[in-house]
Amino acid sequence: MALQSLDIARRSATTTPPPGVRETTEVAKLIDVTTCVGCKACQVACMEWNDVRDEVGSCAGTFANPTDLSAKSWTVMRYNEVEEGGKLEWLIRKDGCMHCSDPGCLKACPAPGAIIQYANGIVDFHQENCIGCGYCVTGCPFNVPRLAKEDSKAYKCSLCSDRVAVGQAPACAKVCPTGAIQFGSKEQMKDVAAKRLVDLKARGFAKAGLYDPPGVGGTHVMYVLHHADRPELYSKLPNDPSISPMVSLWKGFAKPLATLALAGVALGSLFHYVTKGPNEVSKELEDELEKETEEEMRQ
Amino acid sequence: MIRNPKDLQRYTASERANHWVVGICFILLGLSGLAFFHPAFFPLTQLFGGGVWARILHPFLGVLMALSFVAMFCRFKSLNAMTPADKEWLSRIGEMVDGDDHNLPEQGKYNGGQKMMFWALAVCVLLLAVSGVLMWRAYFNLPVDLVRFGSVIHAAAAAVMIALIFVHVYAAIWVKGTIRAMWYGTVTRGWAKQHHRGWYRQVTGK
Repeated sequence: MALQSLDIARRSATTTPPPGVRETTEVAKLIDVTTCVGCKACQVACMEWNDVRDEVGSCAGTFANPTDLSAKSWTVMRYNEVEEGGKLEWLIRKDGCMHCSDPGCLKACPAPGAIIQYANGIVDFHQENCIGCGYCVTGCPFNVPRLAKEDSKAYKCSLCSDRVAVGQAPACAKVCPTGAIQFGSKEQMKDVAAKRLVDLKARGFAKAGLYDPPGVGGTHVMYVLHHADRPELYSKLPNDPSISPMVSLWKGFAKPLATLALAGVALGSLFHYVTKGPNEVSKELEDELEKETEEEMRQ
Repeated sequence: MIRNPKDLQRYTASERANHWVVGICFILLGLSGLAFFHPAFFPLTQLFGGGVWARILHPFLGVLMALSFVAMFCRFKSLNAMTPADKEWLSRIGEMVDGDDHNLPEQGKYNGGQKMMFWALAVCVLLLAVSGVLMWRAYFNLPVDLVRFGSVIHAAAAAVMIALIFVHVYAAIWVKGTIRAMWYGTVTRGWAKQHHRGWYRQVTGK
């Protein structure tokens, strides 16, 4: 890649190391759920910058619109009403790709170069290499990638990798009117979160915390939550997510093991032939049958 | 064409055609499926016109193989019922592997090993067909845990089936005079008497 900011750390279905000499700063987007007002400006900015326009849906009786992520809606505000300590809380979460350090989508993807993890931490789908199998959907612990009806390719938030590559913040962060979405180096975002958490705890949110789940090696999209002990309150944000053990088995050690086993059976057969020789009809038996035939002819 | 009037008919033309429909599907499925399993095999997608075509074709070939396998299963299932003689044969399979099958118990049309192969393949095809449907995202969108489980089963059953087919093909190559049974349907009397004496006596009356 021409730009250092687009240096690749991991590439799907590739077994050799990517270029790794240069050191790139890890970036992160921090979504402070506690200051989000649910205006959906981020959704609009995402559509505009990425040139995706979803079909106009219908109202499902909630504020959510659209109601779910799709190949054309890479980010969606999710709204949940809960009662905490005798008062109503409206928990709003901007859902989308979490840009895991250990991405389940990339682990599962069989197409070389269809999923890329940049050295800065962004996980990006390169649709020109995507074969449309949907293994990324199977691998993702956050239920994020979506297959498009038009072209059967998988799409999701790119963290505006094209903007980040040239030193810009993602469109959603740029547009957020309350500053609930911030963007910078991962270290810097952790510091911002830490300051905010001091504030939140002082205001009585004792369980406030940063959502940067270690099960997926941390994420490059992090949330500040008032109830970090119960992330599932935020429209089922997974508590302690990790790549499913079934995906790890399937796309982990089963791969080389099965490949070696098959090679073993094939080579074993070859060497069996070489050492034991072919299994032919014995000369004795052939002579015996020939004699039988001759006798029958004589009769 | 009859090569030798003394030869014995082992497979009818329709049995052979059925077998080869399954066989061709299996080869194409194996090549395309391995490509999705391990990156080392991804270049095999070029045989199908690229990764996208391999992904599109694989499940349809799978449906064709499953259906043609069911037809073959119905044809051969009663011939593959296990008998005590088969168990005895299997317990002494080492002698067969050694290439010395003269003292093994008399075998009918199929020996214990072939019968085991038949049932193991049937289980594999069943598992592959069911788990394959779970993974077929073009038409099915099922709960992700089910798809994950299906993916593990599909890969495991496929690896086992490929290994079994290696053994199946190798056994046919190793035991001389076998492959012609699947090309033109006949085997020599010597072949039948040595490897399947029970069947030989049954068809010749000797």
